[in-house]
Formats: sequence, structure tokens, C-alpha cells
Amino acid sequence: MRRREDRRFLTGRGRYTDDLRRPGELHAALVRSTLAHARIRALDVAAARAAPGVAAVFTGADLEAAGVGSLPCGWLVRSHDGTPMAEPPHLPLARERVRHVGDPVAVVIAETRAEARAAAAFVEADLEELPAVVSCRDAIRAGAPLVWDQIPGNTCYTWEIGDAAATEAAFARADHVVSLDLVNNRLIPNAIEPRAALGEYDPARDFYTLTTSSQNPHVIRLLMGNFVLHLPEHKLRVISPDVGGGFGSKIFHYAEEAIVTWAAGRLARPVRWTAERSESFVSDAHGRDHVTRAELALDRAGRFLGLRVRTVANLGAYLSTFSSSVPTYLYGTLLAGPYRTPAIHCQVRGVFTNTVPVDAYRGAGRPEAAYLLERLVDRAAGELGLDRVELRRQNLIPPDAFPYQTPVALEYDSGNYQATLDRALEAADWKGFEARRAESARRGRLRGIGISTYVEACGLAPSRLAGQLGARAGLYESALVRVHPTGSVTVLTGSHSHGQGHETTFAQIAAERLGIPLEQVEVVHGDTELVPFGMGTYGSRSLAVGGTALVKALDKVVAKGRRIAAHLLEASGADVEFEGGAFRVAGTDRKVTFPEVAFAAYVPHDYPLEELEPGLEESAFYDPANFTFPGGCHICELEIDPETGATRVLQVTAVDDVGTVINPLIVEGQIHGGLAQGIGQALLEGCAYDADGQLLTASYMSYTMPRASDLPFFQVGSCVTPCTHNPLGVKGVGEVGSIGVPPAVMGAVLDALAPLGVRDLDMPATPERVWRAIQAARDRN
Amino acid sequence: MPALSLHVNERPVSVEVEGRTLLVELLREKLGLTGTHVGCDTSQCGACVVLLDGRSVKSCTMLALEAAGARVTTIEGLALDGELHPMQEAFRQHHALQCGFCTPGMVLSAVDLLARSPDPSEAEVRHWLEGNFCRCTGYHNIVKAVLACAKARRG
Repeated sequence: MRRREDRRFLTGRGRYTDDLRRPGELHAALVRSTLAHARIRALDVAAARAAPGVAAVFTGADLEAAGVGSLPCGWLVRSHDGTPMAEPPHLPLARERVRHVGDPVAVVIAETRAEARAAAAFVEADLEELPAVVSCRDAIRAGAPLVWDQIPGNTCYTWEIGDAAATEAAFARADHVVSLDLVNNRLIPNAIEPRAALGEYDPARDFYTLTTSSQNPHVIRLLMGNFVLHLPEHKLRVISPDVGGGFGSKIFHYAEEAIVTWAAGRLARPVRWTAERSESFVSDAHGRDHVTRAELALDRAGRFLGLRVRTVANLGAYLSTFSSSVPTYLYGTLLAGPYRTPAIHCQVRGVFTNTVPVDAYRGAGRPEAAYLLERLVDRAAGELGLDRVELRRQNLIPPDAFPYQTPVALEYDSGNYQATLDRALEAADWKGFEARRAESARRGRLRGIGISTYVEACGLAPSRLAGQLGARAGLYESALVRVHPTGSVTVLTGSHSHGQGHETTFAQIAAERLGIPLEQVEVVHGDTELVPFGMGTYGSRSLAVGGTALVKALDKVVAKGRRIAAHLLEASGADVEFEGGAFRVAGTDRKVTFPEVAFAAYVPHDYPLEELEPGLEESAFYDPANFTFPGGCHICELEIDPETGATRVLQVTAVDDVGTVINPLIVEGQIHGGLAQGIGQALLEGCAYDADGQLLTASYMSYTMPRASDLPFFQVGSCVTPCTHNPLGVKGVGEVGSIGVPPAVMGAVLDALAPLGVRDLDMPATPERVWRAIQAARDRN
Repeated sequence: MPALSLHVNERPVSVEVEGRTLLVELLREKLGLTGTHVGCDTSQCGACVVLLDGRSVKSCTMLALEAAGARVTTIEGLALDGELHPMQEAFRQHHALQCGFCTPGMVLSAVDLLARSPDPSEAEVRHWLEGNFCRCTGYHNIVKAVLACAKARRG
């Protein structure tokens, strides 16, 4: 099944936010701090205001005077003692202090983009530089500079999960304890479409419209309308048109969205903004950035007894929309992984630093959990002299143990980790590796193989549970199925598609369930004026939650259709079956087709009007019963040139259980994309700041994006254990690649370097780092 | 403002542009051809690739005036009479696009590769596409599509 949306993308007819044009539009350029931490002594905008083409210049003072509020955080995390997290303000334009390089202080709005950018250079910010703190480790040091004067220790929260006492006891009786200090490297999402926003105000209706490159327009409408601009939702429309990739970075409500919307109202002209890439580097939310000490307690046979994790997680200078939840509820709850570890305790300290805010990025917390688990297991195997695969196998949750209640809140519904492990080992020819290693050695190369078995949690989320954990939003999804009089159908979904192919897969589901041709179905998403309230696309939730909402709405349509058909066929509803697009009286060949029923609904002449309203349109909101739990096994084989430290990835095998597969081509594509980002994290990508908080990797010159020549073809296989709690049986696939593969890659690197005495290496294992590790090991020997 | 004449997608174009106007800005802003995209500001990502006299160029790294007298093909000009170019069709068949943002540049870059090297190896394709970033697909299906297109054209 090929994708229907491809036609417009292949012919250059996509409509991304920056493609849109509005009569009379103005262009906005943001003025951003070039210091990581400073007091704003004065902001002189006079020269900018007088520059050619400039319509207006606004600062934080202007927004404050106009009553514009602070960008909210959507998840209240409490520390272990119950104290709510520190929640400093996050103004769209900074007042008094700037807190990271890139922090915006003013907006210049002009007739052309060039004039706006030129005039922005004339804004004079008189900044008094303050000491900056950049890394997790530095943020918690005694005497560290404070990002927020009122937040001691730069600590937003100290959160815990699990059973401390049981874990202590497990460690006390353990035969062996493995301990690792790990870094999960900061990443920059870098969707290829830079963020963009277009604000419009219609004075005739007193109505605002924001078009934005967002993964979730309803969420933006709610947050921006309610908390920032104080606009009622019925006077605000948010449209997410075609969006060029998100990976999480386009979930959040950003300052620029509020600024252009507000300015459009002030100036009574459309105001647009598109990020330059170097601007994206210092304004898009970053990902990951954990420092962790992880310990695994085992008995002498290699059985896992307990896991203890202490993490410091970098939140950046401000709380982004979901940032508080990522290193807590999306991380600590995954620390059982696919294993039967009985006692787990995790403590996470979320800290502020003078860096760009950190929030969800493909995997969001689950890559961090899988990485530490798999590195620990590899280390344990090494220290105990046990086989890496067998150590995993003996500790895996067995297939008959589901539903499986983990010690960290989550209950897994289904899975077969042994099956995905075995299938991956077979596909990767694990057994034949040593012969390949010898062959590489003959060519002077170090070959290594690494393995990772993982579970993740997605399909966000049961609202009540999420609320108990501090979420300030619900996490259901919406669908509206509108049948037209002549039998074609429009599906309106709260899920947004920015690469995931919903215009095809959701149409497939509707066409299949209604028994009508695919061409008779149109899928609409991304417009708050058209689509019922939905929470949008992230956390691998679209099919599991959005697809289920669609199924429920389709079921309602069929149920009403059955009643109409019963009337038309003069039968009782109980005798009417629906199959293959027709309603049939059971045991006869008397039938009416779906289009005939639709027509009857809209031209209700022969119709049970006493009992049934005309029309055929149903909506559903679906709140999931649980998260979903994809799992699998990833194996990576690579070769290192010891002279240069350069790594060549030779083979990547991914066997994933994502539940029922609706469109195999699309599912594989999602896995490919996740694998590429995961390999990027492990070998190429690292966001680097210097000690003063200057971003060193601030363009594609220095931030290494994976290129076609860095990657091989991937080998993708599957096992299916359907999700037990949604009618499609789907689990979600968007993030599994970036969750499972990084530890497989690092395991392979360490496997390759082990003969040289290299025992440890942090991501990214760049050529320089690998080379230095080899030299250091040689010096030691 | 200097005058500029060229052909874009087989149509003659005569406009006035500033000296500093980039070719991509001419295409997107002046001519309304928004199929060519801007993804970076350091000339790495390749979302802006177009064909200039049959050769792929990064339109963000050329001044519009440098294209005087040239024949420029953008993604909008690739399909003929509504029928997809074989490379576009190959991308569609092999699911070589997800969000679509890198796709115009990727397709045109691949078209140039096959014009120069009709039977490329996998390594050649991957090396050629180093100047085209994709964040969605991991390049797997893109490389497959290009190789399939090459094979189809030879066979």
C-alpha cells in the first residue's frame, strides 16, 4: 500500500508553513542573547525602530505591559518529599535576565525578511555577563552559579520511583555488583524543516489564526490561548499544515508562536517567522543530557537481583512544555526493561543550566533507560565471565508471564522477548561473528558486535494515571467520521501526520472497516477549526490511540447504519449483518450497500425518523486503558580502523514487536528512521557547549548529522504479540529504533576495542574519542 | 535593481532582483515555486537542490544573478504532463519519503547522479547523497529507490 500523500510531496506541492503567503504580511526576526547568562541592563531599540522597512520592535516590557503571560509547563512533577517542582517563569521575551545563548529579548517586525534581520542587528542589548553553569555535574556542585536565584542547587526536583528498602536489601545480599558511570549525550533534533509560525488577526471577527509547524495544534491553542495570550479558544484557530519532521521538537509551545500571534493583533497585519538553521540550534528544545550512576546487583549465577540508578538530568534554562516528565515518568518507569529484576530504585535530580531547554526527543526518556540497562548487562557479563546473550536470556520476562507488573509502576500487557531475541540472533548470524572478526583482523580492522534487548512504553496515555503522576492535560485522542450523502467519507483525526503516513493508514482503516474503496476516504488533520480536540502526534501514539478513536467512531457509524439498513430491509436490527461494504439480512441475499444507507440518512424519505435522527456522522474520544509496550532486539556489527578511530557500521539488525502491523512499508520506514537517529546518537551526534555556555555545535558544520554514507541498509524483522487493550492490537513503532540501537552500537564498539584494553566509552563514539581511548589503553599497558 | 532573464521549468522568466538575492529566494519568493526548500544556512542539507543546465546545484549557495541565461529545473518541473518522472515514481514505490521536506532536493540530486552515472553502486549512491540530509528515512528506502530507478532505466 503506497502512500497517498506522496504525490504532493514528490511534485513540490507540499504546503509547509514557510510556503504560505498572506497579503500585507510582515516578517519577524528575533533578537537573541549571545551570552549564556547575563543581566539585561538596558535594551535600546531606537535604531532598530528607525531602520528601513521596520513596522515595529517589541521587547519583553511591551509584552508584559500588554498582559502576555509565561509559557507553561504541562507536567507537575513532585519531589520525593511531595514538594512540587520549582517552576520559574518562561517569558516569551526575556526580562531582566537572559539565561541561555539564544534566549530571545526582542522581536523586530519589518516589510521583508531581509529588512527584519538587518534591523535586528541594530538592537543594542546592554548585558552584564554573569557566571554560567552548563553541565549536569557543574549544576549540582556546591557554590555553582544559580540559573534562578530562587532555586537552590539549580534543582527543579529530586524525584524517585521504586522501592529503596527492597533494593538496598537486594544489593546487600548480592554476590556481585556492577557499577557504571554513564552519560547520555545531549542531542539536537534537527528536523530538516526549520520551525516556522504565521500569526493573523481578523478584526472583522475579532479572530486570531496561528499557522505553525507543530505536532499538536490543539495543545498549542489551549496553552497559548489560555496561559500566554489570554484568548478564548473559540476565538483562536491553530493550523499545523504540512510539517517537515518533528521528532518531538515540534510538540512544545514556543515563544515565537505567541509572539507572531500577538504581534499580528497589535499590528493588524499577518506576522510570520521562520527560523534560520543556526537559530534552530539555539531555540529548538534539545534532547537527552543525563549523567547517571547505575548499579546492577546479581547473584553468582547471573540472575538480576536489584537495580539502583542515580541520574542528574539537564532541563536547560527553562521548563519546556513536557520537559519535567521526560527524565522521570518516561524514564524511571522503564528501568525493568525486558527483565525480571525484582527490586529497582531510581532517583532523578532535574537541574537547570544556562543552556537551551531540554525536552522530549524521539524516545524521550526510554533511550536513556535502555542505554543504561544494556550497558550494565554487558559490563556484568564481562565481569562475571558470562555470555552477553545468555545473561540476557536467563533474565528476560518469559512469554507466559503477561500481564507483567514491573516494580516501577508499569504493567506490560504482552510481549515475547525470547522470540525477538532468537529471531535477531539468527538474522544477524550472531554465531558466525568470530569468523568475521578474524577476517576483519586480517585487514587490520577491529570488528565488534553488540546487542540490545529493550522494552519501551508509548501509546500515551491513560489520562487518569497521567493526571495522578502530574500531567496537566488529558492524553486521549479524537476522531470524527463524516459520511457524505453519496457514501464517501471524511475522517477528521486529532493525530497529526508529519511523516507517519496517517493520510494513508487511517484511510486504510476506514476503508477496510466500512467496506468502501480507499479512494472514497479523505483524512483531515491539523486544523483546530475542523478537527475535534486531540492531543496530537508524539510518543508513538497515533495508531494506538488515534487509530482506536477512529475505530470507535467507525463502529458507531456502522451501528447507526445497521439501524437504517434494518428499516430499509424491513428486518430487525439483530438480523442485519455488515460485511464487505453491505448490510445483509442474515441467511438471505437481501442487502443494501453502504452508499445506499448513507443516501437514506441524508434523504430520509424511507427512514425511521421517529427513532433515529437523519445524517451519518459520528465522533469518538478514546482514552487508552494503558500504555503500550513494544519490545525487541537490536544487533549492530561494525568495524573500527585503529589508526584513525573511524567506525564503519556494517550491519544493523532490528527485530521489533510493535503489535499488529497495518502498513508494513510505513512501519519499516519508521524503524529505519529511528535506527538512523539512534546510530547518530551513538557515533556522530553530540551537542557541545563550552564552559561559558557558548554552543560550539551551532550549525551543520560542527553538529554531525547522519548522512547516507554513514549508514548501511537495515535488516528489519518482526514478531507480533498484539496489544491486548486496543482493538487494532497495535503498540506503536515511531521511536523503537532510537531506543534500542544506541546500546547495541556502543556494545559493538566496546566489543571491538576490548582486545586493546578499552573498557569504557561514552557516546558519541566519534573517531577522535575512539582513537584517544585506544591511545590511553596503549599507554596503560 | 539588476534585470535577470532565465528559464525556469521551461518557461522564460524576466525579473528584477537585488544583487544579494539567492537563487532559492528568487524561486520561492519571486516565482512562488515553494517546492524548493531551505533547511539550513551552511549549505549542507541539500533541501534546496535544483538542476541548473541539467546539473544539480544548491540554490541557497548561488546568487540569482549567477543563473542568468540558464535553464533551471525545480521539483515542480520534473513531472511531464502530470506523469511522474521515473525518479519520483521510484521514490513513491519504495517509500523513500516520510515528511517530504528533503524530498525535492533529494530527487533532483538523484536525477543528476543517474545522468552522470547510469549504473551506480550502493556506495556511489550513498556518497553522492552526502549533500542531502534526511532525518526521517535513514536513507534506506531512498538508496533503494535510486538503485531501482537506475535498474529500470537500463532494463
